[in-house]
Amino acid sequence: MEPASIYEQIHQFTNRANPYPLYAELRETPVARLEDGGYVVSTYEEIVALLHDPRVSSDRRKLAHPPPGEPLPPSFIGTDPPEHDRLRRLAMRHFGPPHSPRVVENMRGELHEIVKDLIDGVAGRTQADIVDDIAYPFPVTVICRLLGVPREDEPRFHAWAEQIVENIGPGEGDQDERAKRRTAAVLALATYLGELAQAHRRNPGDDMLSGLATYEGPDGSLSDTELITTAALLLVAGHETTVNLITNGMLTLLRNPGLIERIRDEPDLIIHTVEELLRFEPPVHFLPQRVALDDITIAGVTIPKGSSIVLALASGSRDPAHVHDPERFDPDRPYIQHLGFGGGIHHCFGAPLARLEAQIALRELAKRLVNPRLVTDPPPYRPNSTLRGPRHLLVEYDRVLPYRP
Amino acid sequence: MPARIDGGVAVRVVVDLTRCQGYGQCVFLAPDVFTMHGQEALMYDTDPDDAQREHVLRAAAACPVQALHVDRMATQHRTVEPELRHPTSDVDGEFKRNGHIVIVGASLAGGRAAGVLRRDGFKGKVTLIGDEKHQPYDRPPLSKQVLTGRVDAEHTMLPHLREIEVEWLAGTPATGLDIGAKQVTLADGRQIGFDKVLIATGARARPWPIEAEAALDGVYVLRTLDEADRMRRRLAAGVNRVLIIGAGFTGSEVASVCRGLDLEVTVVEAGPAPLVGALGRVIGDIAAGMQRDAGVDLRCGVTVTELVGDEQGRLTGARLSDGGTVEADMAVVALGAVRNVEWLEGSGLAAGPWGVATDAGCRAVDINGLVTDDIFVAGDVARFPHPVYHYQFMSLEHWGNAVAQAEIAAHNMLSDQAHRWPHLSLPVFWSNQFGVNIKSVGVTSIADEVVIAQGSVEERRFVAVYGYKGRITAAVTFDQAMWLDFYRDLIERATPFPPDYRMVGRPDEMRPVPAEVPQRMAPAAGATVVVTGHDPAERRVSLVRQQP
Ligand SMILES: Cc1cc2nc3c(=O)[nH]c(=O)nc-3n(C[C@H](O)[C@H](O)[C@H](O)COP(=O)(O)OP(=O)(O)OC[C@H]3O[C@@H](n4cnc5c(N)ncnc54)[C@H](O)[C@@H]3O)c2cc1C
Ligand code: HEM
Ligand code: SF4
Repeated sequence: MEPASIYEQIHQFTNRANPYPLYAELRETPVARLEDGGYVVSTYEEIVALLHDPRVSSDRRKLAHPPPGEPLPPSFIGTDPPEHDRLRRLAMRHFGPPHSPRVVENMRGELHEIVKDLIDGVAGRTQADIVDDIAYPFPVTVICRLLGVPREDEPRFHAWAEQIVENIGPGEGDQDERAKRRTAAVLALATYLGELAQAHRRNPGDDMLSGLATYEGPDGSLSDTELITTAALLLVAGHETTVNLITNGMLTLLRNPGLIERIRDEPDLIIHTVEELLRFEPPVHFLPQRVALDDITIAGVTIPKGSSIVLALASGSRDPAHVHDPERFDPDRPYIQHLGFGGGIHHCFGAPLARLEAQIALRELAKRLVNPRLVTDPPPYRPNSTLRGPRHLLVEYDRVLPYRP
Repeated sequence: MPARIDGGVAVRVVVDLTRCQGYGQCVFLAPDVFTMHGQEALMYDTDPDDAQREHVLRAAAACPVQALHVDRMATQHRTVEPELRHPTSDVDGEFKRNGHIVIVGASLAGGRAAGVLRRDGFKGKVTLIGDEKHQPYDRPPLSKQVLTGRVDAEHTMLPHLREIEVEWLAGTPATGLDIGAKQVTLADGRQIGFDKVLIATGARARPWPIEAEAALDGVYVLRTLDEADRMRRRLAAGVNRVLIIGAGFTGSEVASVCRGLDLEVTVVEAGPAPLVGALGRVIGDIAAGMQRDAGVDLRCGVTVTELVGDEQGRLTGARLSDGGTVEADMAVVALGAVRNVEWLEGSGLAAGPWGVATDAGCRAVDINGLVTDDIFVAGDVARFPHPVYHYQFMSLEHWGNAVAQAEIAAHNMLSDQAHRWPHLSLPVFWSNQFGVNIKSVGVTSIADEVVIAQGSVEERRFVAVYGYKGRITAAVTFDQAMWLDFYRDLIERATPFPPDYRMVGRPDEMRPVPAEVPQRMAPAAGATVVVTGHDPAERRVSLVRQQP
């Protein structure tokens, strides 16, 4: 079969529930040319090499045929050094090392509180939707508090964020229509965040948005546009991915008998379980945005300069040349190295927070739901093949135990 | 009887800083254990409280390059399934069941080799002979965290021995090796017989050449835990000015720590700038800027001619070759290392100031140039030919090399001809100083040209690439560790220099300049090889035709 058509099949909605056999086929050609002239890379070593290859850009404006103008300049996920490094440093200053190493660790108590309340909320019933009841509201509440975005505004930006991510990567339907929807959502979100940032600038709190809006130092400060694109990136990235990790996590735990009990009984096991999830059922399946700045020869194929490159992260993490017995979910592996958060200079900014969120949510679910079981397997999926996850995950249980620290 | 070595300490942490790319995930998840100095220079507590255990486990699981080892150490040479034993021979011989392997030198290389012997299925007896009384410990923190007082010197023990059964003879220097009788002689007169032996006696600090001056109170060298501990206590007791003699890596790191403690520091360097011996003039000048910006009184092109003391034998200062003087109550002699080969005198091995010569599989070579069968060498004491660098013999003082060689040596000790591995790892090195993480891959000292390929020298975030006769031979990064592997691959593939690609972060002009490295290695115009394969069982070189 033509490799390009395997790639197309992967994006067809019918294959959303289990794209993994197709990834195995895709890996037979580690670097495959697509019909649109782009390339898809699907094996671990090659993906890692390209993530660390300075000839690979994240800036779509550098394509041989750049896409039509976007409403806003790209946020730092879509820029290259030195611009990327400066913007990421300015954002990191308020989130992690070297200047704020304790921000995430200090949120731990708060994260437990939020999860406790959410699970309390399903205690009166014997069925819950993991997505709507836990996995979605949890990270949203967290990112709102972190950024300083009012939780009440959630329905508004949720709609925009959905529009933005649903239209990331190749998809089905009219491309122009998708682009138009995306643009409208980006502009609406930008206007909202711009006003909010101005309010924080006048009246700063101890949230990230205030920090971003007011900081000035050796790296300069964020311009108004940079402030908006950075805040939008954090808001969207921080809430459309973790939901899938928690949901995929619960689904995987329930598909593997005995795991829930082990996670309940062995406190440290959740740490490796989440890593194995990021390998086995990752929220981000593709990085669709890379550009070759020069001719790049890899695995015997020369990717011409100006080409678009898709990195098939989820395929790479199941490459049998990298992991032994890759199609088995095994949190007891001696070491787990995966592509769940990408790699290189764009390695996920929020990874420590996402890990902690998933560890806490999954362990608490394992501890508190008595005899949980899946209602439908496979569950219904969201259309997106790049940020892949269930739309709903119905779980039945006998009862809910009270929270115990 | 074999004894199980177990320090009984709660958590032991080692970061393989040759792998670390400065992602900082560990700092997020265990901020009491890991700290970031500047953008990428990672420091850590090697032996945190038991209360930190969960945090440390989270951090280790999260490290994107799996560089962080808790309690036990994974191996450098990763294969698909790291815990699977590597085939060593087609028959599981009597030697592997009942043989006796003696390792001389109980430090990084020796300890690591013991671990790999067990991993690869050696069931016989392992004797580890060390002249220090301590369990194997990690040296890089000694010139970094330990001097600041952030980590106690005793808390730098390496975790890798805890699960390994060895007979451990501590505080017992070896004084001789008899190849014919297959015996090691100890200082106390004991003779230890062996089937195979690994020489891993490393190096020691080169002392100040004038003995009476070296004996002054306040004069220090830094190689061992005891030496680091003495220095730390002296620093904690209060010092007015520290004189550092020699601005190589150790001297520069000590200068950085002392400035961090807000002490007055004078660095005296014979060469034109710091780090020139290892990295050449271009980087040296950048390093000089870093030192001066940090408030170091840096004097280059000058040597110390005399250390001066008072009547009580306390150091008061030094006289310099340019007629100048420095007042100092503490001096750190950082003039490099001397290889510990004296005990091999008369053994018939090709041992000298540059170490013990080996083949590419870590087997010792005798003075006739013949390869021995049962004598292996690993770590700082080894002098080995590297195919990528025209089969030149090299002697390194690099953590990563000691580990990689120990693994190859141990594997080969158990392997027959068909299963032996060559030691093909490119040299890698890191140093943390003045808030900058400096890393290198390859060999800089043969280079004739260097070019800044990415980043900005003004910001001290850049990649410098070294070339020799139109091939890339090395790369050095300042706070840009994430790009290093790309250049490693270019070196392994014998890629042309300069690396003239369209790249992110590429400076406006890419202009090679003379490398100005002291020509310590003069490579013969030889064959050019490329290295292929990631798994050590598959890594091989192949010859490429020379371009005219
Ligand atoms: C202060 C300091 C900082 C460093 N920082 C870095 C860094 O940042 N990055 C990096 O890559 N590398 C660094 N290194 C280098 C690294 O630590 C060495 O490469 C590594 O320790 C080599 O290990 P080894 O086992 O070969 O030798 P060693 O560690 O020298 O061990 C040899 C052991 O053998 C013992 N011995 C010697 N003679 C005998 C004998 N006759 N009988 C019995 N035992 C004997 C010695 O006492 C010693 O314990 C640093 C070294 C020092 C000292
Ligand atoms: C399980 C949850 C998450 C997953 C799987 C995930 C995955 C990823 C991946 C794969 C990338 C790399 C993108 C690229 O290279 O182009 C990335 C980047 C990024 N992520 Fe996440 N992410 C998660 C959660 C978060 C959270 C909670 C935040 C915010 C707090 C966040 C913020 C970002 C940002 C800002 C980037 C861009 C980094 C850069 O370009 O330097 N992510 N993420
Ligand atoms: S690469 Fe690993 S060890 Fe290095 S800073 Fe990152 S998480 Fe820590």
